[in-house]
Amino acid sequence: MTYISTLFPAYAEIFLLIMLSAILVLDVLFPGKTRTMTYLLVQMSLLGCSLITVATHQVGVAHLFNNMFVDDLMSDVLKLLTYLSVSMMLVYSRSYLITRGLFSGEFLSLVLLSTLGMMVMISASNFVTLYMGLEILALSLYAMVALQRDSATATESAMKYFILGAMASGFLLYGMSMIYGATGSLDIQTISNVIAHGTANTSLLVFGLAFLVAGLAFKLGAVPFHMWVPDVYHGAPTAMTMFIGSAPKLAAFAFLMRILVETLQPMMIHWAGMLMVLAVLSMAVGNITAIAQTNLKRMFAYSTIAHMGFMLIGVLSGSIEGYGAAMFYAVVYVLMSLGGFAMIMLLSREGFEADSLNDFKGLNQRSPWLAFMMMLLMFSMAGVPPTVGFYAKFSVLSAAVQAGHIPLVIMAVLFSLIGAFYYLRIVKLMYFDAPESHEKVYVQPDSALLISINGLAVLALGILPGALMSVCAVAVQQSLLLH
Amino acid sequence: MIFGYPLLSVAIWLPIIFGLLVLATGNDRNAPMARIIALVGSVLGLLVTIPLYTGFDRMTSAMQFVEMKDWIPLFNIHYNLGVDGISMLFVLLNSFFTVIVVIAGWQVIEKRVAQYMAAFLVMSGLINGVFAALDAMLFYVFWEAMLIPMFLIIGVWGGPNRVYAAVKFFLYTLLGSLLMLVAFLYLYLHSGGSFSILDYHQLPIPLDAQILIFIAFFFAFAVKVPMFPVHTWLPDAHVEAPTGGSVVLAAIMLKVGAYGFIRFAMPIAPDASHELAGVMIALSLIAVVYIGLVALTQADMKKLIAYSSISHMGFVTLGFFIFNAYGMEGALLQMISHGFVAGALFLCIGVMYDRVHSRQIVDYGGVVNTMPVFAAFFMLFAMANSGLPGTSGFVGEFMVIMGAVKVNFWYAFAAASTLVFGAAYTLWMYKRVVFGAVANDHVKHLHDIGAREIFVMAVLAISVLVMGLYPLPLSEIMHASVNDLLVHLARSKI
Repeated sequence: MTYISTLFPAYAEIFLLIMLSAILVLDVLFPGKTRTMTYLLVQMSLLGCSLITVATHQVGVAHLFNNMFVDDLMSDVLKLLTYLSVSMMLVYSRSYLITRGLFSGEFLSLVLLSTLGMMVMISASNFVTLYMGLEILALSLYAMVALQRDSATATESAMKYFILGAMASGFLLYGMSMIYGATGSLDIQTISNVIAHGTANTSLLVFGLAFLVAGLAFKLGAVPFHMWVPDVYHGAPTAMTMFIGSAPKLAAFAFLMRILVETLQPMMIHWAGMLMVLAVLSMAVGNITAIAQTNLKRMFAYSTIAHMGFMLIGVLSGSIEGYGAAMFYAVVYVLMSLGGFAMIMLLSREGFEADSLNDFKGLNQRSPWLAFMMMLLMFSMAGVPPTVGFYAKFSVLSAAVQAGHIPLVIMAVLFSLIGAFYYLRIVKLMYFDAPESHEKVYVQPDSALLISINGLAVLALGILPGALMSVCAVAVQQSLLLH
Repeated sequence: MIFGYPLLSVAIWLPIIFGLLVLATGNDRNAPMARIIALVGSVLGLLVTIPLYTGFDRMTSAMQFVEMKDWIPLFNIHYNLGVDGISMLFVLLNSFFTVIVVIAGWQVIEKRVAQYMAAFLVMSGLINGVFAALDAMLFYVFWEAMLIPMFLIIGVWGGPNRVYAAVKFFLYTLLGSLLMLVAFLYLYLHSGGSFSILDYHQLPIPLDAQILIFIAFFFAFAVKVPMFPVHTWLPDAHVEAPTGGSVVLAAIMLKVGAYGFIRFAMPIAPDASHELAGVMIALSLIAVVYIGLVALTQADMKKLIAYSSISHMGFVTLGFFIFNAYGMEGALLQMISHGFVAGALFLCIGVMYDRVHSRQIVDYGGVVNTMPVFAAFFMLFAMANSGLPGTSGFVGEFMVIMGAVKVNFWYAFAAASTLVFGAAYTLWMYKRVVFGAVANDHVKHLHDIGAREIFVMAVLAISVLVMGLYPLPLSEIMHASVNDLLVHLARSKI
């Protein structure tokens, strides 16, 4: 018993694994197209995880399993946001998937499994744990994308996702092995100490670092490692796209923090430069290419690339303010991305995907409220106040100015101006153009409520952004200072 | 906190809340209800700003009606409001024009009435926020947020080329704003973590940094004014906007840019302002003379008034950058007067457009025969636009010219040419549209303006005449603030 009680920082993960196994079995007992029981069980597992995470929260940092696992404020906050976004994604995508016959027990258990992977990533304090979490997440995602077996595009994008993802994992492993060679450890703190003492071979470290950064860039979808993003976003069923584009970004942020900041902080001079190249290229390619897209999912894919570039600016500023800003950016991005993809699914019907820009024409006449929500989301993605997207950009830019990267900031500003154009085009389509069909938009009540909350949250957090900003700042600060 | 309630907050949020109420009336079945709520909201919005005038202390240049609350503690951003003799007048002007716009759009707007009225009310609140904000980030949020309703107003209710105009308007202004944001971030760090505008005024800044800051502000504000080479969005936006949109653009939005110069660019970077004054004066004079000539050749009435606005705003920036009391006060009076005159002219064009659905001068002729009352009002506003003594248009221009003579005779000479060009393009247009024989069937079947339109025109006409004959109530309010600003600008901050 005493051993089990020492495991309390990992109770949430353990609980989720138990629930996952139970749901795999129980799902057989509840057949049917809507899987209501399984769905409710999954939502309850996520709720249970949040309660456990809150209940087991403690001040300070706890290590577990021989320093393989860490529980700090940042991990708790990120996990809570992960549960929230997974749960939102399930509400949004339920009726969409049911009409397409994809709302199966496999899907639901894969969602929980990937959530587990994200939690492990967020709480990793050893390269092995990090990699393990990443693979749990990635393998579940590959399977989810391929779930629509009779769709050629979905299968194709699953294939692309798998091959490129495997390559990225290879890069990461290679980089990790180099770091291991130079420092003799896989433990984040030990590596950090060894590098700080200056005893490690620098050229080997930089070599390893380059591979790590390349692998990370693959996973984040930063240019020039972004090729998979548009194809996967476009080809996967929209619910899966929404999933890929939401919670995993939080885990990816944690991954970035654990590897680059907590482990390789002394080598910042090297990785900051690499990230700068990635950030500028991502913003440039993402924003400019997005203009040419006629498919909304592809457009969001390129906009994700641009957003990741923006988030990297916060990280490469190399200050606690910068990391806090990047975390805030990631959280805000997830909120906006969920809303954006939800809108596609809400407008879709059986046998019809509303993922073309033209499907949004005249939405204001068909459903003024949905159009208003989408407008808030689009202005937020463009970074126009009074929506929260502005503060995300603002805090990142503020950290970059503080670090003295004025030319980078001016470039970021100019690219976000270009970005504003394609978001504005959606608003234009919805408000200025006549609709192509006058069919009434029917939305399930739960999704309607959630999209309203989601859209208004973008506005409300924009009017009062202080609290969420402070939470992110404090989370990052405590985790870094206490390590 | 006089009168027991936070005046400025109410002036900002009351119209916004009414805007949301109007929006809640939903679709066009409830249009009459939407109109009435909008009217009540705008009139209340005007009434709550009156204590700003009556309770204003004319002796001090300090900020009055100050409100201060924490907003985003992490960045030391405050919800800090206050007005001085300069900004207070614009809050009044804005609240006044909201009422005018609501009445002007009463019958004319038939589709999506609730959204139209809501957009104007929300925008009115946001613009009050721009004038009242004393925290740079608060200012920035209001400044950017007001783009959204204007974008929708142009794009949804505008003319045939509305989409192009709306997107151009938005992107032009966004570019300027983002550079201003970078300047704010620099100032935030340089001041050791403050976003207070008043702190920035006292902050010493080296000259090269001042020049960069000034350029960033220049992009933000010059686009809005608009100054000569970044003015090209305005004719497009004006032409395509619905009448109410044009009125707000001319009367308020352009003033926001000029206000930015005297609240931000000049006091924060006074040395750079002196350094670059030559450029600013040159751009202003190009606007006055060249854009005046451009206006002469326009075939579209709205475009003509749009160019005339650019030319008149050239006077405003000229008045600022000659750094004397005549110039500054003249420029401010010109801003207010231009708001009334250009707003009224756009309403006049709107009146004709509602009946004939054309803005081309050639489609009219002999309007006086069918619309005599309207022609009389139109005449008065046309005269005011050309700077006739006795109308408000004269006072500001005359003071700026006087100020310019003190600095350099040729500045004044070039500026004074507007009295000729302004008269030429305005009166020539007036002659072609109003006088002569009845040109075609459309004009023949025109009916004169009704009670609602007469009311709006009469209010504006009286304002134009009162300001022209007795401008003292306005100038005495701005006096202390203008003097303080000039003293501040004369001190180096390096």
